[in-house]
Amino acid sequence: MSKNKHIGEVILGLEGISLAFGGVRALQNVSFDVREHEIRAIIGPNGAGKSSMLNVINGVYHPQEGTVFFHGAKRHDVNTHEAAEQGIARTFQNIALFKGMSVLDNIMTGRNLRMKSGLLAQAFRLPSAEREELQHREAVEQIIDFLEIQAYRRTPVGRLPYGLQKRVDLARALAMEPKLLLLDEPMAGMNVEEKQDMCRFILDVNDEFGTTIVLIEHDMGVVMDISDRVVVLDYGRKIGDGTPDEVRGNQAVIDAYLGVSH
Amino acid sequence: MLYRENGQFKTSYRADQQMLPILQDRIFMVLLLLFFFAGGPFIFSDYLFLSIIIPFLILALAAIGLNLLVGYCGQISIGHAAFMSVGAYAAYNLALRLPQLNFLVVLVLAGFIAALVGMLFGIPSLRIRGLYLAVATLAAQFFMDWTFARVKWFTNYAPSGSVSTATIDIFGWSVDTPVRKYLFLLAVVTVFALVAKNLVRGHMGRAWMAMRDMDVAAEVIGIRPVYAKLTAFAVSSFYVGVAGALWGFVYLGSWEPLAFDINLSLNLLFMIIIGGMGSILGSFFGAFFMVALPIVLNHMPGWLGIEMSTAMVSNLESMIFGALIIFFLIVEPQGLARLWAIGKEKLRLWPFPH
Amino acid sequence: MKKNTNLIILSVGLLAGLIAPLASGAGDPGFYLEVLLGGLMSGVLYSLVALGFVLIFKASGVFNFAQGAMVLFAALSVARMAEKMPLWAAMLLAIAIMVVLAFVIERLVLRPLVNQDPVVLLMATLGVTYFLNGFGQAVWGSDIYEINLGIAKEPVMILQSVFQGGVLINKDDVAAAVAAALLVILLALFFQKTKTGRALRAVADDHLAAQSIGIPLNRIWVIVWSIAGVVALVAGVIWGAKLGVQFSVSQVALKALPVVILGGFTSIPGAIVGGLIIGVGEKMAEVFLAPVAVKAFDLAGGGIENWFAYVLALLFLLVLPEGLFGEKHIDRV
Repeated sequence: MSKNKHIGEVILGLEGISLAFGGVRALQNVSFDVREHEIRAIIGPNGAGKSSMLNVINGVYHPQEGTVFFHGAKRHDVNTHEAAEQGIARTFQNIALFKGMSVLDNIMTGRNLRMKSGLLAQAFRLPSAEREELQHREAVEQIIDFLEIQAYRRTPVGRLPYGLQKRVDLARALAMEPKLLLLDEPMAGMNVEEKQDMCRFILDVNDEFGTTIVLIEHDMGVVMDISDRVVVLDYGRKIGDGTPDEVRGNQAVIDAYLGVSH
Repeated sequence: MLYRENGQFKTSYRADQQMLPILQDRIFMVLLLLFFFAGGPFIFSDYLFLSIIIPFLILALAAIGLNLLVGYCGQISIGHAAFMSVGAYAAYNLALRLPQLNFLVVLVLAGFIAALVGMLFGIPSLRIRGLYLAVATLAAQFFMDWTFARVKWFTNYAPSGSVSTATIDIFGWSVDTPVRKYLFLLAVVTVFALVAKNLVRGHMGRAWMAMRDMDVAAEVIGIRPVYAKLTAFAVSSFYVGVAGALWGFVYLGSWEPLAFDINLSLNLLFMIIIGGMGSILGSFFGAFFMVALPIVLNHMPGWLGIEMSTAMVSNLESMIFGALIIFFLIVEPQGLARLWAIGKEKLRLWPFPH
Repeated sequence: MKKNTNLIILSVGLLAGLIAPLASGAGDPGFYLEVLLGGLMSGVLYSLVALGFVLIFKASGVFNFAQGAMVLFAALSVARMAEKMPLWAAMLLAIAIMVVLAFVIERLVLRPLVNQDPVVLLMATLGVTYFLNGFGQAVWGSDIYEINLGIAKEPVMILQSVFQGGVLINKDDVAAAVAAALLVILLALFFQKTKTGRALRAVADDHLAAQSIGIPLNRIWVIVWSIAGVVALVAGVIWGAKLGVQFSVSQVALKALPVVILGGFTSIPGAIVGGLIIGVGEKMAEVFLAPVAVKAFDLAGGGIENWFAYVLALLFLLVLPEGLFGEKHIDRV
C-alpha cells in the first residue's frame, strides 16, 4: 500500500453522535473524523452500529444528538439526496441496484445529478440533450473500463452473479464522482479472488481519483491491509480509533471480538 | 439468418445509443411507417377504421401515458380516465370559447391542463405508495366524474349534461372522413410515441425507472423523488389528456360525463398489463388487444356457427379479460411485449436452436 | 408524538363535521337523527364488506379487490337458488359455493403470485373481479333479483315522544345492524378462542414464522378466504334484500376501500369504525352539505356522496398514513 499518498485535512467530523430507534440505542456518543484522501475503516462485531453510522453520514438517519461537520462547516440534518448533492456516495450491503435496468443504465443513473437537459430537450432529443447523453456515456464507459465490466453492459443487473452486482453497485457510486465514498461491506459474500479484485479496485479508486473512502468490512486481513485508519465500534460505542496496528493491539478491541462479556 | 447483427459494429456511442440500433429493425420500422401512412388509406375499409383502428390509436396513446406513470415510474393509478376527461372537457371548452385557436394548439393546451390536474392529484404519491396511492387515485376518478357532471360551466349548461363537438379543422384541412381521421391520429400518435421513447431513453426515464425499482436507492444517488414523481404524473397526464381530447373529438364526437368512468380506467390498466408494463411497444399491443377482442368475440359465434346472445358475449368478454389478466400476471408479467422480444431473440438465432 | 397530534386534529375535524349540521339548525333534531341513523346503517354494510378485505389482508397480505364481486356472486347465488328452495337451504348452498370459490382462487391466483408486490396482487384480484362479474352474470343472469328475508320493508316510527314527528327507521336496517354485530362478535370469539383462530393470527403476523412452527399456510389461506366468502355472503344477502341484487353491488367493493384506509388494513375494529365514519360522513355530506354547495356554485344536483368517501380517505392518508388502527410500516434500508 502506498504510504506516500498525501492525506489531507479533516473533511468529515462526527461529534457525539447518538442514534436511537425507540428503545434500541444504535449509536452512543460516537466521535471520530475522516481525513481527505484516506481510507477509513469502521469495524466491529455484528450489531455494533456500523451501518447506522454510515446511514447517519449520508442522511438516511438523523441522529438525536451530536453534530456532523462536513468540509469544516456544521451540517444540519440532510436527507439522502441532499447528501448526494454534497458529494457523498455509498454502496449498500444488500446491493440496492435497479433490477429492471441494464448495467449501463444503472451506472448512468449515477450521473443523474450532473445531467441538466430539460424535459423538452430530452423529449425531442435535441442536439444539446444528445451531446449531454454522449458526454456522460463517455464518463460511464471509463468507469466500466476501470472496473472491467465491459462485457456486461447490456445485461439486466438481476441476471449477474453476486460479485459482479457488487461491482456495478460500486460503479454506480463512482459515477457520482463523489468526494466521500461510503462502502458498506463491499466484500461480503465474495470468494478470495473476488475479494482481491475488489481490494484492487478500492485502492485504485483511492489512488487515481483521490476519493476519500469510509468502508465497513469484516475481513480483518483486508482492513489491516488497505486502510489508513480504523474506527472500532461495539454496542454503539467507539472502543478504538487509530492506525491498523494501533487498533490491533488494543485490548478493548480484542475483548470485543472474542466476546468477553461486559 | 435474416435477423443477424453480424457486421453491425458500433464505432461510436452515438451509434450504439440509437433508438433502433439493429439495421433490420430500422428497415422494418421504415417499411411499417410507409405501410401505415401510404398504404393504410387504401387498404383498410371505413368499418375497420371506425371500429378498430381509430379507437386503437387513441387508446394506445392513453396506454403509453399510463405506462409512463405505472410501468416506468412505478406509481399506481387506477383512476387515470379522470385525466382523459380533463383533457376532453378542456379541449371542448377551449374550442368553444376560443374558436379562433387552431385545433393543434387546443390539443396541446388541453394536455397541459390535464398535466396540471395530474400533478395536483399526484401530490399524494409523495407521501403514500402502493395500495394507498391506488385509493387516492380513485378519489381523482370519482371527483372528476362528479365535477364534469355537476359543475354546469364545463358542459356549457347543457341540460342533458352531454356535449358535442364540431368537426376538427386544421389549417383548412377538415378531419371529417375516416381516412382523414386515421391519418391525423397516426401522425399525432407517431410523434407522441417517439417523444415517449426519447424520454425513457434519457435521464428523466432513468430517474423514473430508478424510482420504480428502488426509490430509497434512487434518492441516495441524488434523484429528487418529488421531481421524478411529479414529472411522471405531469407527462403521463399530458399524454392521457391529449388522448381524452382526441377520444372526444375524433372518435366519439359527443359524450356524457360517464364516458370516462372507472371502467375506462381499469381498461387502460389492463391494456398495459397485457401489453407489457414499462414498454412503449407493449402499450400498442395492449390497446390493440383491448379493442380487437370484443370485436372478435362478437363475430366468433357467427364464424363457428353457434348461437350466442349479446349479453352472453359481453359476459364472455369479462371472463376472458379477467382470466387473461391473471394469466399474464402469473406467467408473463411483462406482457405481450416480452413475448415479442423473446420472439425476436429466437429469430436472431434462427435457424439455430441456441 | 406526531401521530397523536394528527389523530387529535382528525378527531376534532370529524366531530366538528358531525355536529355542524345540528348546530347550524339546518333541520330539526329529529331529522338529524334520522340522517345519522341512516348513515350508520349504510355504514354497517360498508363495514361488512371491508371486514372481508381485512380478514384476507390480515392473513395473507393480499388485498382482495374481488371482494365486491364475491359479494355480488354470493348474493346472486342466494337470490337465484332461493327461487327453487327455501332461503336457508339457498344460503347453505351458497356458503358451500363460496368455499369452493375460495379454494379455486387460492390455488389458481394466490399461490402462483405468492412473493409479488402488493400492487401486482391488487391487479390480479381485479382480474378475478372481472372474471366473477362475467361468470356470475353468465350463470345466474343479469336482471335484478330479489332476496326476500321475510322482514317487513315498511319503516317504523320511533321516539315520537322525544322528537316531534318521531324518527323514521327501517326494520331491515335494524336487522342488518344486528346481523353484522353478531357476525363481528362471532369472528372475534373465533380469533381469540379457537385454535384455528390463533393460527390465523399467527399467519397474519408473520408468514414465515408461522410456517416454521408447522402451520399449514395454504390451508389457512383457504380457511381465511372461505370466511371472507361467508362474510361476503352475509353482506350480499343484507344488501341484496334491501336493494335487490344486480351489478351495481360490486361498486360497493370500491367504496369499501376508503373504509379500510380509515380503519387500517389489518384491523377488524378499524373496519367497523371506518365503515361507520364513512357511512355517516357520506350521508351527512349529501343531505346537509350538498344543498349548500349546489346553491353556492350553481351545481346541477348533489351527488357528493359519490366522491366524499374517497376524498375523506385521501385526507386521512396524507395525515395518518396507517389509518386509525393500522400498523406503521417501517422501511428498512
